[in-house]
Amino acid sequence: MTEPLLSVRDLRVEFPTRRGTLTALDGVSFDIMPGEVLGMVGESGAGKSLTGAAIIGLLEPPGRIAGGEIRLRGERIDTLAPDAMRKVRGKRIGMVFQDPLTSLNPLYTVAQQITETIRTHADVSEAEARQRAIALLDRVGIPAAARRIDDYPHHFSGGMRQRVVIALALCAEPELVIADEPTTALDVSVQAQIIDLIKEICAERGAAVMLITHDMGVIAETADRVAVLYAGRLAEIGPVKDVILNAEHPYTRGLMGSIPTLTQESDRLVQIPGAMPRLTAIPRGCAFNPRCGQAFERCRQDRPDPVNRPGNRQVACWLHAPEVTHG
Amino acid sequence: MIAYVLRRIVQSVLVMLVVALVSFSLFRFVGDPVATMMGQEASQADREALRDRLGLNDPVIVQFAGFIARAAQGDFGISYRLQQPVMELILSRLPATLELALISGTLAFVLGVGFGVYTALNRRGWLSGAIMTVSLIGVSLPTFLIGVLLIWVFAVELQWLPSFGRGDTVDVGPWRTGLLTQSGRASIVLPAITLGLYQMTLIMRLVRAEMLEVLRSDYIKFARARGLSDRAVHFGHALKNTLVPVITITGLQLGSIIAFAIITETVFQWPGVGALFINSVQFVDIPVMAAYLMLIALIFVVINLVVDLLYYAVDPRLRVDRAAARH
Ligand SMILES: Nc1ncnc2c1ncn2[C@@H]1O[C@H](COP(=O)(O)OP(=O)(O)O)[C@@H](O)[C@H]1O
Ligand code: SF4
Ligand SMILES: [Mg+2]
Repeated sequence: MTEPLLSVRDLRVEFPTRRGTLTALDGVSFDIMPGEVLGMVGESGAGKSLTGAAIIGLLEPPGRIAGGEIRLRGERIDTLAPDAMRKVRGKRIGMVFQDPLTSLNPLYTVAQQITETIRTHADVSEAEARQRAIALLDRVGIPAAARRIDDYPHHFSGGMRQRVVIALALCAEPELVIADEPTTALDVSVQAQIIDLIKEICAERGAAVMLITHDMGVIAETADRVAVLYAGRLAEIGPVKDVILNAEHPYTRGLMGSIPTLTQESDRLVQIPGAMPRLTAIPRGCAFNPRCGQAFERCRQDRPDPVNRPGNRQVACWLHAPEVTHG
Repeated sequence: MIAYVLRRIVQSVLVMLVVALVSFSLFRFVGDPVATMMGQEASQADREALRDRLGLNDPVIVQFAGFIARAAQGDFGISYRLQQPVMELILSRLPATLELALISGTLAFVLGVGFGVYTALNRRGWLSGAIMTVSLIGVSLPTFLIGVLLIWVFAVELQWLPSFGRGDTVDVGPWRTGLLTQSGRASIVLPAITLGLYQMTLIMRLVRAEMLEVLRSDYIKFARARGLSDRAVHFGHALKNTLVPVITITGLQLGSIIAFAIITETVFQWPGVGALFINSVQFVDIPVMAAYLMLIALIFVVINLVVDLLYYAVDPRLRVDRAAARH
């Protein structure tokens, strides 16, 4: 078996506050294989963005990694010194954020921002960097790239700006691209194009993708595997087809119900009753138990840890605990 | 661009006309110039003759037009008190005020931006706390009190610096400067600090607030995620965006510095236009008051215009908005 590109183990992220410590990520573990697309889904506030921020070492204080480890090709990166971590960011892990309208510095041209980034990571001349930048813009689908490169961000539409952002994330040829809801802020008509672009261009360069979204439909079409986060904990992870067709965690099953293309009657979406708990009010036992139709006594007492399941899957649910024989 | 500049110039001229109207009204409503010039003993016929000669019997609109025509040529009449052409008086005093304003404005800008950036980047440091506390004193103490305190400490107790006057001056063409002599430079220190302290704290607090805001922005997060150095992120990306609004405020402050120089010049017996104005108020020397009013207004208007154009040059977004507005 090949070595994982990225390996996250028991990741724990905390926010110290005046009224005690909030645990925003708790025991999150997953791997990303080289060249693979891992989808990460979960409701708003589940901890998806924090997972991405923790990986590239950009948690905003007072948020901090309080436990676990993150390895890139076997090397710990969560404990790297700031200077060493800076060489990982952009160079080995690229990042695409949600809102292309605010991701680019309004006072610099696209050329200035891309060449600056290229020259931060590679020892090339300004002219060489510019040539590379034009080629890259061309590749991400900016028409007349050689001319438009000298425009300011506000000259581009939202979709075009996100293409620029993707070019920026890829300009140092990273091995992993973390895309945090890259299409949420975009017009519906361009969302699919942007997702396709990310998938294609990363496949072409052999870069793995961690695609964060709350849209199961996107995951179904794009990802190789999917990880489901709930209240800062990993509920389920596995190959995307298996998880979609045969979700093992009751929460995932609820989420699947929300993909119109997968259920026949799209107007009768399965809604999970209730809302995800806030970090200050995570219930004892399984975080999902107040909303779970199948909860039983043990769910309210003990917290289920992820267990290995056949077919390279893991699920954190007492229904699938080894000692419980169910069905 | 040209249309925009023209529009701003027309606006500036309108503002000056309004101020001219106010200055002109001073002559008509504050005291009677004929009485002031002739004393109580003159006969009624003499008075009428003088009124006629001064054009005071003409329609108001004609008088106003004449006032503007003369003002545009720098002719504000003769000072009642000093019996000298007003323009001559003002021009002889202006270098002292402008040197003081320029030195304290530069001091305020350089230190304000420096401290502002430092306290924003080292938010939790003890030095930042100290700077912020001292700056709070700076904004809350009245200018004259700061001046008196500085005189007491540095002139009376320590005897390091002179407490009043401008020191020795040198004539460079029509400009009488104090900056070329030892005693002149020593004399400007305390007044410049007194005058600039308030503006410095204002700029510092503005820079700090803007910088903190910018540092939280998505494009800064994205710049970090691309692996740019702290130096590039802080000074290349954050500072430039911070300075866009700061330029406006700082430019406008320069006008206030010149206007507020009145107090500082009085405290330090600085021979500038502010002190001239205070004296002319005591003697109801209308021509000097009117000319001073117009001069201050002109300075404000010119600074406003320059600041606007500068703003326009720094922020590319404005350029396109104007261009779009024209279509
Ligand atoms: N600075 C912060 N202080 C306290 N809690 C925070 C902070 N930033 C994020 N959180 C919490 O962390 C949780 C996960 O946030 P996030 O990763 O942004 O969720 P999402 O899955 O929507 O991307 C949320 O519940 C949020 O309230
Ligand atoms: S552990 Fe219990 S409450 Fe949690 S998902 Fe499984 S069945 Fe539901
Ligand atoms: Mg998020």
